[in-house]
Amino acid sequence: MSIGARLEGKQVCICAGSGGVGKTTTSAALAMGLAAAGQRVAVVTIDPAKRLANSLGLEELGNEPRRIEPERFEVHGVQMRGELWAMMLDPKRTFDDLVARLAPNETTREEVLANRIYQELSSAVAGSQEFSAVVKLYELHRSGEFDMLVLDTPPSRNALDFLEAPGRLTQFLDGRALRMFLAPTGLASRVVGRGTGVVFALLKRLTGVDLLQDLSVFFRVLGGLLDGFRQRAAAVGSLLRDPATGFVIVTSPEAEPVEEAIYFRAQLGRAGMPFAALVVNRVHPAQLLEVDPQQVDAELTAHVGQPLARRVAANLADFQVLAERDRASIARLSRELDDPEPILVPHLDADVHDAEGLVHIARHLFADRA
Amino acid sequence: MGKGGVGKSTVAAALGSLAAARGLRTIVAEVALRRDISRTLGTDPEVARAPETEVELRPGLFWISIDPHRAMEEYLVDQMRVRALAEALSASRAFNYLAAAAPGLQELLTVGKLWELSQRERRIPGTKPYDLVVVDAPATGHGLAYLTTPSSFADIARAGPIARQARTIHEMLADGRQTGVVAVTTPHELPVTEALFLHVELRRRMGLDLDRVVVNALAPARFSPRDLERLRAALAPGEETPSPEPEPSDHWSPVQAGIRAALSQADQARDQRRQVDRLRRGTGRPPAALPFLYSATLGSEELALLADRLEGAL
Repeated sequence: MSIGARLEGKQVCICAGSGGVGKTTTSAALAMGLAAAGQRVAVVTIDPAKRLANSLGLEELGNEPRRIEPERFEVHGVQMRGELWAMMLDPKRTFDDLVARLAPNETTREEVLANRIYQELSSAVAGSQEFSAVVKLYELHRSGEFDMLVLDTPPSRNALDFLEAPGRLTQFLDGRALRMFLAPTGLASRVVGRGTGVVFALLKRLTGVDLLQDLSVFFRVLGGLLDGFRQRAAAVGSLLRDPATGFVIVTSPEAEPVEEAIYFRAQLGRAGMPFAALVVNRVHPAQLLEVDPQQVDAELTAHVGQPLARRVAANLADFQVLAERDRASIARLSRELDDPEPILVPHLDADVHDAEGLVHIARHLFADRA
Repeated sequence: MGKGGVGKSTVAAALGSLAAARGLRTIVAEVALRRDISRTLGTDPEVARAPETEVELRPGLFWISIDPHRAMEEYLVDQMRVRALAEALSASRAFNYLAAAAPGLQELLTVGKLWELSQRERRIPGTKPYDLVVVDAPATGHGLAYLTTPSSFADIARAGPIARQARTIHEMLADGRQTGVVAVTTPHELPVTEALFLHVELRRRMGLDLDRVVVNALAPARFSPRDLERLRAALAPGEETPSPEPEPSDHWSPVQAGIRAALSQADQARDQRRQVDRLRRGTGRPPAALPFLYSATLGSEELALLADRLEGAL
């Protein structure tokens, strides 16, 4: 079954997998293929290396989706019946926009944006990328402007970071923490007033009073936004669990990404998030396994002489090791992910960076081999 | 440091093995509770499950996976001097909220633990100093955040013990005599782009230059263009050069399969050389190269081979 059929009826597709397995390329090719088939598709990526921008031939992507000219793909023989839009997420701006939207008034907004703790939080902290990615996804989904959203998850070694980070961040913004700071006897008042109590004295001794002060201002101004944040987090959570959402797990046949993919699939199941398809990139041709290197040596020696024939045979034996590993990995993935038909994309000789390369990958994603 | 999936853990493990073999008391540290190296170095899984313990893998080579929570407890005990006070603090809800809320605190505690490991006079009672701490950093962006956290934390906290300590840690990290950064990449476009980004950002944010650039998994040059021409000429009449993307129903003759593998290998090797050149031009120095290993898994045998090659390359 092609990936198109796997995503039938879906409105959101999240591509997840460990770093370095070709997730961005897969997301872009997938979005392109769906757009070619007639949908209005937006692909969202987070990417300091501007990967997607490169592969779509754009110098830069803003924080809103931009339409990719269909001619880019049409010159490579693809008829674009729908529309392809793409955006590169700016986590800081997404955060700032969210604050602007949730702030009850101008003053609160300015106070939050100017707070140094907020500034650190929105740009530097691990998890803010992941959080802003789902926030953006949710907003685009709610806008109803697209038939399909494809999210390329942030580059991390561990695919699970993506699922956990929004939770970590909202936990941090959770009301109890806030109340603790804001209650009449809470930390904020103690910072301002004469703090007493052992814990507070210890804290002050450890951090100095400035940090506590910044934190209490941060929590005070954020207090006004809190309900909005929480509602947003809950809405995002249900979007991730919605039957109209599908997770595409992307992996390569190498040992570590394979284990990560299996683990991620289990976590998806536990979190009640719908799995849609498995894509295995960089698969060596199974045909390599059908021949005996010694025979290659024998047959080639007559034509090219023994030294070169030997080298070719030895190189083939090396490639057979990889092809055998790929076969074993695919079988294991298929079993563990309970997906009898993983989508296989061959190992290409060159890296994919341009529209032509995406067209090429899309052909494999959408191939109907059944 | 480098992009995710380029083999940072492997290189860190190889560097650690190498340093230990040269007689340095070495510890390889993983952050964010990862366990990649313990797998590569063949740590007993039972032992490896205990975070924040310094495990001796073989004489002179230790391993630790840093757990920020444990690092925090250690830190509190060290600061408060009185264990009961530290425990009162770490058990209090107020403190836990603060710890969860303060941006970058997890990173700071992790880097703080790395600093502690590197001290001549260790702060944890009963521990011995190391000659070298090898850190397997998270992917480039997050890795840079770890390096810069102490200085931004010092700026936020301004005064007080934490600010002072953060400054001390920053000074060590920004001192090229004490801290060396090794960029790890594979010979592919995006990882090389990230390595070049690291080269620029490290200088801008920390005033540090990369100590070494390691290109991992470089395909050896096995076939010349002339070899490939001769191979193509060896195809039987009517036989085509096999495609790298055959249909499942396609069949290859032995010669076709051999040629296909040779062509793929040659193409990869050629593309990768271009990336190595790009890396050399961008960083102004030749990188050290580790060979691609045609094996299904990376075990201790492969690691020994890589450590050996690394020694030659550095």
